[in-house]
Amino acid sequence: MNNWKRFVTVSLLVLALIFPLGRGKAHARKGVTLLGAGATFPYPLYSKWFHVYNQITGVKVNYQAIGSGGGIRQLMNRTVDFGGTDAFMSDEELAQAPAKILHIPTTLGAVVVTYNLPGNPQLRFTPQVLASIFMGEITRWNDPRLVSTNPYIRLPNMKIIVVHRSDGSGTTNIFTDYLSKVSEEWAQKVGRGKSVKWPVGLGGKGNSGVAGLIKQIPGSIGYVELAYAKQNHLPSSTVQNKAGNFIEPSLKSISLAANIPLPPDTRVSLTNTESPQGYPISGFTWIILYQEQNYSGRSRTRTKALVDLLWWCIHNAQKYNEALLYGRLPKAAVERGETILKSVAYKGSPLLK
Amino acid sequence: MESAKTDKIFEILTRSLGSLVLATAMGGFITLTILSWPSIKAFGPSFLWSTRWDPVQGQFGALPFIVGTLATSFLALFISTPFSLGTSLFLAEYSPPKIGNAVAFLVELLAAIPSVIYGLWGIFFLVPLVRKMEMAFNLPPYGVGGFTASLILAIMILPYATSVIREVISLVPQELREGAYALGATRWEVMRYVVLPYARSGILAGTVLALGRALGETMAITMVIGNRNELLRSIFEPTNTMASVIANEFTEATSSVYLSSLVEIGLVLFVITLVVNILARMVTERLKMEKGE
Repeated sequence: MNNWKRFVTVSLLVLALIFPLGRGKAHARKGVTLLGAGATFPYPLYSKWFHVYNQITGVKVNYQAIGSGGGIRQLMNRTVDFGGTDAFMSDEELAQAPAKILHIPTTLGAVVVTYNLPGNPQLRFTPQVLASIFMGEITRWNDPRLVSTNPYIRLPNMKIIVVHRSDGSGTTNIFTDYLSKVSEEWAQKVGRGKSVKWPVGLGGKGNSGVAGLIKQIPGSIGYVELAYAKQNHLPSSTVQNKAGNFIEPSLKSISLAANIPLPPDTRVSLTNTESPQGYPISGFTWIILYQEQNYSGRSRTRTKALVDLLWWCIHNAQKYNEALLYGRLPKAAVERGETILKSVAYKGSPLLK
Repeated sequence: MESAKTDKIFEILTRSLGSLVLATAMGGFITLTILSWPSIKAFGPSFLWSTRWDPVQGQFGALPFIVGTLATSFLALFISTPFSLGTSLFLAEYSPPKIGNAVAFLVELLAAIPSVIYGLWGIFFLVPLVRKMEMAFNLPPYGVGGFTASLILAIMILPYATSVIREVISLVPQELREGAYALGATRWEVMRYVVLPYARSGILAGTVLALGRALGETMAITMVIGNRNELLRSIFEPTNTMASVIANEFTEATSSVYLSSLVEIGLVLFVITLVVNILARMVTERLKMEKGE
């Protein structure tokens, strides 16, 4: 009997903890809660932005970092207010959507080539050499093609072990997009995508998985996200861009990479940029939303809150980017974003003036 | 009267709970089949023997993952069975109860360790060790790969097999043992000719339970197998398993054929696990019959 009483009491306590009745509701009434889902890459930055935004305006934003693919799916199913994606939606994907979807670039990321060599010198890579290494055609570090661009570095006679991402990722998408642009062979045999059929190498899960393998395996080479490489002080290389300059990956050089004429819908790949001082392996990440916001019975207040938030994201929020090692949007991208946001409408009438 | 009513209620309750479990398994199978339909339609049975896994071209085949899963699981079983058998014989036959209980507790504790911890331990301890070995044998020094994954699996499945086998061995009737001793058998002979033959169906059942665990293990494997989506040529090469490729690629699989191919791998894993268990059940029954139960 006594045991039963105890059991009931404990169960009630547990239930009370799981479902805080009333309190949650009262809190939600204070302001709108916007729902977003998608890319994991900008998640640390978005968390910062949305936290600050909540303090300023009281609007809560709940962003689930479930991956770009999931973000696109959820937006397609209209279960979120906005999605986040590291790879812009293809024409086919857009055609499958129930209504017109818009892309707003929010920040920039880049991919850094890192490796494990005695002394970890800063290497210089030409696009062709990089493609040949990941193609499995250059197999040793003292290959003449590597030596000729790195004449002052003593490259060891070691086997090159390629490490790539095993999980589907925007980082892989940017990297393979770059290799597809600079190597005809890569474009035909492998191609670009969040996951590809790698000709050689082994896979690590996430930036940390790749970096972990590289740290452990002498003679290995791989690619990680710029912010991750900087935070963990990984050795990095300079890469020759289209103009012929060897560019070090930095927040400045990736921002410069985006300083090119952008198409009106901002769906553009920044890899192998024309910009003479731009780092060639970088790309935008986007927030995606529907142009017509009146669906699934959403209120005008809610949709107005959404465009106000995004307006803030591409303007005032940008000052938080660099401290968190994310690239700041260049002026041209902000202007494109403004035009696109002004086209977002509720029952046909624009939400922003 | 009152008690008859409660009896009836209780019967209905247990019956519905039982059918609920069955319905869940069936529901899982049906859902997997529906969700993998686009890929079943696109590739047909060739999905099972194609080795090409190319998300860019939209071509998918599951053979590298099926081979990877079976190779690592069976190798793990091969490595771990002598240990689980030895441990359970020691626990049931040799050790004094106090030590036996402590050891049994520790072995069962192995089952309570989350698989991500095994993975971390693998990365920081086992992988460098295997790499040293590979360097000594002049193999590429990956460290990660099918062999490392099998080693981790062997440790992870050890407690499952051990606890079942120990249980079964302790169920061998004392009279049989005493009879054998009375005939002048040595301890080894008792074990060899009485205990093991009597318990063999149970030993097999424990081994299969362990195998089921190995087939589905995901996290620890992903961390040490090297995640290479190619057919295994040598056990030291990096490869991938069915569970691990799903965990790796599911979140970013956007095209519908890609997504449903991953689900179909799940379906294949489901069926393989089912088949392995059914086969084992058949063998167990057969052994029981031979024994004349």
